[in-house]
Amino acid sequence: MIDIEYKTVQSVYGPLVVVDKIGNAAYNEIVKVKLSNGEQRLGQVLETSTKFAIVQLFGTTSNINASNTSVSFTGETFQIGVSEDMLGRIFDGQGRPRDINAQVIAEEKRDINGEPMNPAARALPNDFIETGISTIDGLMTLVRGQKLPIFSGSGLPHNELAAQIAMQSAVRNTNDSFAVVFAGIGLTNYDASFFMNYFRRKGAMRRSVAFINLAEDPSVERILTPRIALTTAEYLAYEKHMHVLVIMSDMTNYAEAMREMSSAREEVPGRRGYPGYMYTDLASLYERAGIVSNNKGSITQLDILTMPGDDVTHPIPDLTGYITEGQINLGRALYNKHIYPPINPIGSLSRLRSLGIGKGKTREDHGNLADQLYGAYAKALEASSLSSIVGKEALSDTDRMYLKFGEDFEGRFISQGRDERRDIEKTLEIGWDLVSALPERELSRIKPEYIEKYYKGNKQDKHMVPEKE
Amino acid sequence: MLGYIERISGPLVVAKDLSESKMFDVVKVGSKELIGEVIQIRNDQVMVQVYEDTNGLKPGEPVETTGQPLSVELAPGLLGNIFDGLERPLGEIRKKTGSFISAGVNVQPIDKKKKWKFVATAKKGTRVSEGTIIGYVDETPLIKHYIMIPKGISGKLESIKQGSFTVEEGIAKVMQNGKLHEICMLQRRPVRVAGGYEKRFGADELLITGVRSIDSFFPIAKGGSSGIPGPFGSGKTVTLHSIAKYANSNVVIYVGCGERGNEMSEVLDEFPHLEDPNSGRPLMERTVLIANTSNMPVAAREASIYTGITLAEYFRDMGYSVAVMADSTSRWAEAMREMSARLEEMPGEEGYPAYLQKRLADFYERNGRFIALSGKEGSITTIGAVSPPGGDISEPVSQGTLRIVKVYWALDAALASSRHFPSINWLNSYSLYKDALAPWYAKNTDSGFQTRVEEALKLLQREAELKDIVQLVGPDALPDSERVILEVGKMLREDFLMQNAYDPADAYSTLKKQAMMLSIIMRYSSMAQDAIARGADIEKLKSMQVRTGISRMRYVPNEKFEEENSRIMKMLEKEFSELAANEEE
Repeated sequence: MIDIEYKTVQSVYGPLVVVDKIGNAAYNEIVKVKLSNGEQRLGQVLETSTKFAIVQLFGTTSNINASNTSVSFTGETFQIGVSEDMLGRIFDGQGRPRDINAQVIAEEKRDINGEPMNPAARALPNDFIETGISTIDGLMTLVRGQKLPIFSGSGLPHNELAAQIAMQSAVRNTNDSFAVVFAGIGLTNYDASFFMNYFRRKGAMRRSVAFINLAEDPSVERILTPRIALTTAEYLAYEKHMHVLVIMSDMTNYAEAMREMSSAREEVPGRRGYPGYMYTDLASLYERAGIVSNNKGSITQLDILTMPGDDVTHPIPDLTGYITEGQINLGRALYNKHIYPPINPIGSLSRLRSLGIGKGKTREDHGNLADQLYGAYAKALEASSLSSIVGKEALSDTDRMYLKFGEDFEGRFISQGRDERRDIEKTLEIGWDLVSALPERELSRIKPEYIEKYYKGNKQDKHMVPEKE
Repeated sequence: MLGYIERISGPLVVAKDLSESKMFDVVKVGSKELIGEVIQIRNDQVMVQVYEDTNGLKPGEPVETTGQPLSVELAPGLLGNIFDGLERPLGEIRKKTGSFISAGVNVQPIDKKKKWKFVATAKKGTRVSEGTIIGYVDETPLIKHYIMIPKGISGKLESIKQGSFTVEEGIAKVMQNGKLHEICMLQRRPVRVAGGYEKRFGADELLITGVRSIDSFFPIAKGGSSGIPGPFGSGKTVTLHSIAKYANSNVVIYVGCGERGNEMSEVLDEFPHLEDPNSGRPLMERTVLIANTSNMPVAAREASIYTGITLAEYFRDMGYSVAVMADSTSRWAEAMREMSARLEEMPGEEGYPAYLQKRLADFYERNGRFIALSGKEGSITTIGAVSPPGGDISEPVSQGTLRIVKVYWALDAALASSRHFPSINWLNSYSLYKDALAPWYAKNTDSGFQTRVEEALKLLQREAELKDIVQLVGPDALPDSERVILEVGKMLREDFLMQNAYDPADAYSTLKKQAMMLSIIMRYSSMAQDAIARGADIEKLKSMQVRTGISRMRYVPNEKFEEENSRIMKMLEKEFSELAANEEE
């Protein structure tokens, strides 16, 4: 591309610059903006026509005006150089080194927008990832190639949980190489250093790449950060055949940056001011998780978002939930009871559970047991709200039994240590201990043969069990 | 004549010097020849909705009209295949561009080289017109693919051949007004207009899905339409998959519209290995998949729904019952909204264009039972998932859908989070086909089935009221007769309505099994009420051994259920008579 510099800035508003009388700029191509003091900034073409182009800057528009600014078009969409040497490094939100002043020598340059994965080329995720956390492994179950967000709220320990999952996760009976790609989007300095220190302390930095856009960095940059991280992850997964876990935190900051851009562009706002294309935009990030058939690598996503006002119907968690394959819901009530991790099973879900569990993967009774635990815990919560109205004495025996179940479930199953890693056998064992406190007739979700094999309570009517075939 | 691009804004391209293009013509945009469609003409400007990623496209690049509306190719080779929203086979795209889809890839919808064995059935010299069947190809062991005369041709069949042909080779000749037309197996149809038919009539046959809460409580008729709104995680997709797997329609068209990629790969992985319960053949042999996942270009998502329903009409014309599933129509509506915003149209409710309701109606109203132009009877059943923001169905897409469809399966977040699946709420859902289906039920189930269903629904309604009271005063305050209602309500919910889509025995219940299960529970209900009236102790009723049998009915395979039914019924009689005997002592 010939380096023509245009000095035809016509108007500037918000992060947008309109450049006049140019040749033909390509849609989405990257633009270099030079100020008279030599400072250079990057931008991207948002709208283009034969007469003008609207450019969005990845940074501030301060000091830009028609007389001191020149604009040149690169002819390329936003690309990033990727390499295996990125492991162990920390970059900023635009992919420039943040740790040491040394560029990574790129093995390849890639467009950060990626291309949509062909649905016919996707391999079905079915490797169970053991996170060592009972509520996740036992009830939800994370599967390789899945995208599972953590729906959290301000002040809840989502960062701790995400870091613990990143460190403890493993697929059993394999020693495939794996990596963690971390995208910090609008993180506070405090949160960013928490993650980096955690990874360092656990000796995990050398198999991690971090891209960190801090809260004080330009918000336009937040649009780039997850895309850069995912492009790096795709390279590591599909070219270097690694299993990559991508952690993106915090998606709420991302969506807010999107809203800011949208309003600067004077677009028609959708729900709560977020743009109408937010679903499609979020999908272009989340759908980059997956496995390509005939390729050893995979991308699993753990996306953290803080729900404004703990409201799950807010557009950010709502649209996310429609795209991702389930969600891990953190509950303030559990947190206030000092239960860690405060994962609320009600409202948490993994859509790919049935692919990752069962005979040959975890254990044949896993699905039934999980359903029973869910159902029983839901009843325990009903009984508990009933007891707060009518008093414990007025409850039926059954309700009192469930009340007890609920307390044990929270205390023994949900609750565990910050460094405690429970294997799936241990998790299922605790689960059976808990349901064995219920009479057999309450176990309507478990098949008779599993009750026969694992139930530890009194079997009241053995002769009723149909013969095994 | 070539036009050129004047302006680009996302999927919207404004072209100039394209005066001969008509509304809804397909155009090729830019040097990559991206596919687009004319959606507005203003003076010398032509607005084009581009179906592919416009990154890197420049003003000044050429635009060319094809002069044709957006169409699909129809011929043997559709079944078992997976296409994108524009009917491009994803398998072929993969061969060209690898695991990721690049813009501007040019592939043929139908394999033009493959030869099919064509069997002629029409006789030379007969009169033919649009829709007349002239022969068939055995496309899969399940489906005979009938070859029909395309639109616009009628006259005398001058000649017809038999043997192996590609879809583009001539197989017959028709003389029309002195002009000889060559007929091949391939035909094209525009997707945005409904196809013709002979006659349309009301639905009176049940679409059996094997899902108990649907077939028994909220049935859908063949040729009917249903909306299934629900918040995320409420099991819309699992329910649609269940129906796609087990419904007794001849052909299933599954449109994954703006949804997850992994869900499509699940279907692709599962269906070839699953058997159609009605024929025992692999499900793929009757299925066409259309996948335009959420990360694929948004404009093609808008087209995918029309592509799906047009394919359905084609199979209907052959005399098949077709079920179309669209997951999710909300994503389709959002694609419409996005284009509307870029066209700077005046927004209607929640930013959706004012023509949303009309478009929804146009889509759903292409369903029904028909005598096709071929003279055969076929039907199209349409089931659309709706994804209301925040699960609140007061929004325009849900409301627009509910005004049209005759069945509403209300998926409920609270049920889903206590793992009650399918989470179809029995208090809010409805089916308006129940009356129309009454004769069918009378003929195909035991008499009294529909009455029992009504009783069960009333009982569940009563249970919900009683539960509200229990919330206030505790269960002990209720008389025993009402506590029995609570017990039976629980049975209906947990042992009948709840169904595990992943359990081989439970996933599909024959109508016969459904009827027997329901009559067992209702029998228990009436016997328990009698016993209570005689003064029996409710705790004894609760601990009856037959209850364990009832709670395990779901897992007894269909073919063994008759035996189980008589065992449980006997046990019921025995335990209740023992109870009565004890009381007399």
